[in-house]
Parts: sequence; structure tokens; C-alpha cells
Amino acid sequence: MSTMMAKAGGSGSSAATAYQFKRKTSGVIPRGLTLAAVIVILLILAVILGNVLLSGMGVISWRFLTHPPEQGMEAGGIFPAIVGTVALVFLMVIAVLPVGVLSAIYLHEYTRPDSLITRLIRVAINNLAGVPSIVFGLFGLGFFVGFIGTGIDSMFYAPGRPVWGQPAIIWSSLTLSLLTLPVVIVSTEEALRAIPQELKDASYALGATKLQTIRRIIIPQAMPGILTGAILAVSRGAGEVAPIMFTGAAYYLVHLPSKLTDQFMVLGYHIYVLATQSPDIDATKPILYGTVLVLLVLTFLLNFIAIIIRSKIRTGRANA
Amino acid sequence: MNPKRSMDRYHFKPKSRLKEFLGEKFIAANALVALVAILLIFIFIFKESLPIFTSPQVQKEAGVAKMVFKQQYYPGRDAKWSWQPNSDVPKYSLYPLFLGTLKAALIAMLFAIPLGVGAAIYSSEFAPRRMREIIKPAIELLAGIPSVVLGFFALIVLASFLQRAFDLTYRLNALNAGLALGITVVPVIYTVAEDAMTAVPRSLRDAAVALGANPWQVSFTMVLPAALPGIAAGIVLGFGRAIGETMIVLMASGNASIVSGSLTDSVRTFAATIAAEMAEVVFGSPHYNVLFFIGALLFAFTFIINLGGDVIMHRLRTKLQGRTK
Repeated sequence: MSTMMAKAGGSGSSAATAYQFKRKTSGVIPRGLTLAAVIVILLILAVILGNVLLSGMGVISWRFLTHPPEQGMEAGGIFPAIVGTVALVFLMVIAVLPVGVLSAIYLHEYTRPDSLITRLIRVAINNLAGVPSIVFGLFGLGFFVGFIGTGIDSMFYAPGRPVWGQPAIIWSSLTLSLLTLPVVIVSTEEALRAIPQELKDASYALGATKLQTIRRIIIPQAMPGILTGAILAVSRGAGEVAPIMFTGAAYYLVHLPSKLTDQFMVLGYHIYVLATQSPDIDATKPILYGTVLVLLVLTFLLNFIAIIIRSKIRTGRANA
Repeated sequence: MNPKRSMDRYHFKPKSRLKEFLGEKFIAANALVALVAILLIFIFIFKESLPIFTSPQVQKEAGVAKMVFKQQYYPGRDAKWSWQPNSDVPKYSLYPLFLGTLKAALIAMLFAIPLGVGAAIYSSEFAPRRMREIIKPAIELLAGIPSVVLGFFALIVLASFLQRAFDLTYRLNALNAGLALGITVVPVIYTVAEDAMTAVPRSLRDAAVALGANPWQVSFTMVLPAALPGIAAGIVLGFGRAIGETMIVLMASGNASIVSGSLTDSVRTFAATIAAEMAEVVFGSPHYNVLFFIGALLFAFTFIINLGGDVIMHRLRTKLQGRTK
């Protein structure tokens, strides 16, 4: 930039060079301002990651990862929260993956893009992605816990203590699976678009039916995209707190969840509890930073893997 | 003729007919889950807030008028807006929460619009390829940070920094929450705006260059105006995100329902109110209904915003693609 200025300043007399100067420098201000926006964003990212990494690194140890909290959560580890998070997203993926993949296949293979039902489903998916997560929490409480859970109780169990009609890991994971459904659908669809029509035609030419083609050709071909969707859903689900606050997450539990109707501890909610409910924030700070680091590493690792798989799909399509 | 369709005629194995039919129906049923889910969310959130309009008992404490207008809660005192659902005289005015939500969201937008739009312009117009390969994953990582982590960061780090820097009375306030909120809004605005600008067809750029425009003139007189509806859509969607975000404001805003114009006062937002009070509320009480009503407001608001954003982007794409023909 400075060399450009100096060069132009030295020979500003002729009209031609003045024009060239204008051509070159007139873009400098918008370019510089927009670049500044990028730099600020990168700085914010660096500050957050650096802060968490530097303060959290010293806390991480084998003991921290494999022991339950002690002394009113001011010492010990986060083992139950890790187990709870893994169990939660595992159940969520089981619920969301088949539904999401089949939805994408229906939208892409069975219907015309401009039919009414396709458009309705698309509007629903887009809106599902935009509903605030706290509204999912309310819905999970009202529908899964209050309606389905209580319904099961009144049908199959003697009146008394609720079994299914209370916050539980199953209801949290189902609530999260609705929240992550758009993620799975979108990335499966992206993979479906990348499958060449010739491949499907070849399958039909060999006499395969549509269902056979879907099972033997389309799903295997779309596997990387489906995997990406699952990973992104897990990464999103592992970090969400608002939808599980009233549907199953617990402050502190002695036991790990062993049935679908158990409550559970989870990393994100643990961070919230440690950060806001602790009587002595300075005493819990190291544990807090350690928990944040574990959650961040988990979500970033998953995102990173998804980004790599997705860029592989994209380059694969470009070469095809 | 579509080759896929003409091929369908040769599937005459009678045994597989039923299987094919049931298979298609099963797949279609799965596709309906998203639609049914949205309807169920709508029904259940609104059902639980209905008593506000139908039950006289609930209305006595929390009617619509009581939620909107100033109320005189104690004889001899001035009428005011107040959100204190757990006091002896329960007060359900939504105005303090509305103001708080707006303040936090406004700060978030002031912070996020220049950053999101600026970065989108840079990466679609000016960035060398290698730089673009850094920006995009970086923004994706930023979007991937769980909101509870941003809330934690605002609560522990940013709040102390801001208090020291500006000598603030309240450590947790609208400014603190708004800035953290802005960090989640940036990726939303960036993604939609960048998408809109890259959707501007190459032929339009080429035409501008052929007429003698230099690169920044192409960007600012050609690409930006064409992509403007898309950028607006990104901003609107970002606003929807800022209104509905929960964990960040719950942790970083101080959660005091104050009616004031100051941006450095503590605020309580709609979403944070639900999160903070739902766990302790009595099922079926007026308080419970009001919290669901707030949820219904959030749902309706974001639904309209998302629908609007969708329509704008859809129109923009058909318009831009239509011109190239």
C-alpha cells in the first residue's frame, strides 16, 4: 500500500498516471475496511480460544477426566458430565440420523423441487433451524415430558411416582434430535446432489428398483455427507444447554445414567452451573476452565473433521 | 423426457411392487417429521399460553393489559411497569423484558453488522484464494462455539475487562451481553450475505468490467446493490438469532428487569427469563402460562423472520439467475 502511494505521489503530474493512481488507490479504503472486519473476527476467535486454552490446559489431567466432582464441585473431575454428554448425543444421533437421511432422500429422489409438499417441508426445515433453542426446551417439557411421558405413565403404570413423565435423558435427546434435524437433512442433501445421474441410470438399467438403487447405490455414495451431518449434529447437540435444562439435565448426580428414564449430567450445563451457581467463583474457576476446554476441544474436533470430509466431497464433485 | 421416469416402466417384478410402495410411504413418513414437529411446537407452545386469554382466574393476575400497560400495584404509589412474578403481589409486565431484549439485541447488531457484512464483502470481492480458505473455516469455528461457552467467556473475562475499561457500576449489563451476543450473530450475517454476493452471476461482473469499471467499482456499484436484499436477509436473520439466544444473556446480562434507557444497566431478556424461571415454576400456574406465552412470542417472531428471510433469498436467487438467461 505504501509503495503504491509513493509511486503515485512521485508522478502525479500527467493525467494518465493520475487516472492509474485513482484506479489503484480508490479501492484501498473499502478493501482496508473490510479486511479490518475480517481481522477483528479472527482476533475475537483467537482471544477466546487462547484464553480458554491457556487457563484450561493446566487443569486437564487423567484424574480430571475420570473422576466425579468433589467438595461441592470445587475439586475433582467431570467424569459424569463427559459420560452424560456422550450418552445424550449417542441417543440423539440414533433418533435423528435415520429420519434426517430418509427426509433428504425423499426430498431429493421422490419429489419434484417445486411441488407443494416439498416446499412445505422445506419451509418447516428452515424454520426448525431458526426456532430459538429455549423454545425447544419449552416444547420438550410440554410435549415429551408432559404429554408423551405422562401419557405412558397413565397407560402402563400404576398411579404414583412418575416413571416416564419426568425429565429424563430420553426426552433431552429427543428434543435435541428435533433441533439437529435440519443439520442432518441439509448435509445429506448436499451429498445427494453430488451423486452423478449416470450412476443411478446404470443401476436402473441393470433392472434394480428404486428402493434397491437407494439402498445399494445412493446411500453408500452419500455416506460421507451423511457422516458429516451426523458429526455436525453431535457437535451442535453436545454444546446446547437451553433445550435440556428442563428436560433432563441435572446439577449433580452421584450415579451415572443407566436407563432411559434417568437424569444425567452434561458438560454444557455443568459449565452454566459452575459459572453461575457457585458460592465461590474463584475456587471453581480452574475446574470451570477445564470443563470449557474439554467441551470446546470436543466440538471443534468434530467440526474440523466435518469440514475436512465436506471439502473432500466438494473437490470430488468438482473433479467428476 | 427424464431418463429416470422412462426407466420406471420396466420395473414389472410383481413381488417388489408392494415393497416399493411401502418403502416410498415409509420414506415419505420420515420426511414429514420436520413438518409435524413444527406444527407440534406451534400447538404445544400456544396451548400452554392459552389460559391467559381464556381463564378469568389467570387473567386476574396476568391478563394482556396487565402485561402491556403500567399498573398500580400498591395503593397510593405510582403506576409502573414491573416484572416480579414471585413477589406477594405478582407483577407480570412484559415491558421491562421487551426493553431488555431489544437493548441486548441492538448492541449485538451494532457490533455484528459491520463485522459480518464487512467480512462477507472482503471474502467475496477482495480476498485472495488462500485468505478465503482461512476466513471460511474460521467463521465456521466461530459459529461452532457453544453459546454456553460464549456466555462463560462474557461472564468471566469480557465483563471484567469492560468494567475496568469503562468504569461501569454494574459488572453484568446490556453492553456485555450484547457484545457476546454479537459474536454469535456475526456468522449468521456473514454466511447469508456472502452467499448472496457469490450468487451474483459472473456475466454481470464481466459486463461491468467491460464498461471500464475497476474492481472496487464492480463491487460497490454492481455486486453490492444486486446482493443487497440478501445482505438485508442476513441482518434480519441475525436479529432473529439475537432475540432468541438464551445462554449468553442468561449468564452475561445480570438478569435484572430494569426499565431504563442506559445500555450499561443490567437487563433481563425474554429468553433468559424462561430459562431462569421455568425450573421453579408451579405447573399450570399463571406464571407457567406467562412463561409459555413469552415462548410463543419468541416462536412467532422468529418464525416470521425466518419465513421473510427465506422469501427474500429465494426471490433474489431467481431474479439473479433469471437475468443471466
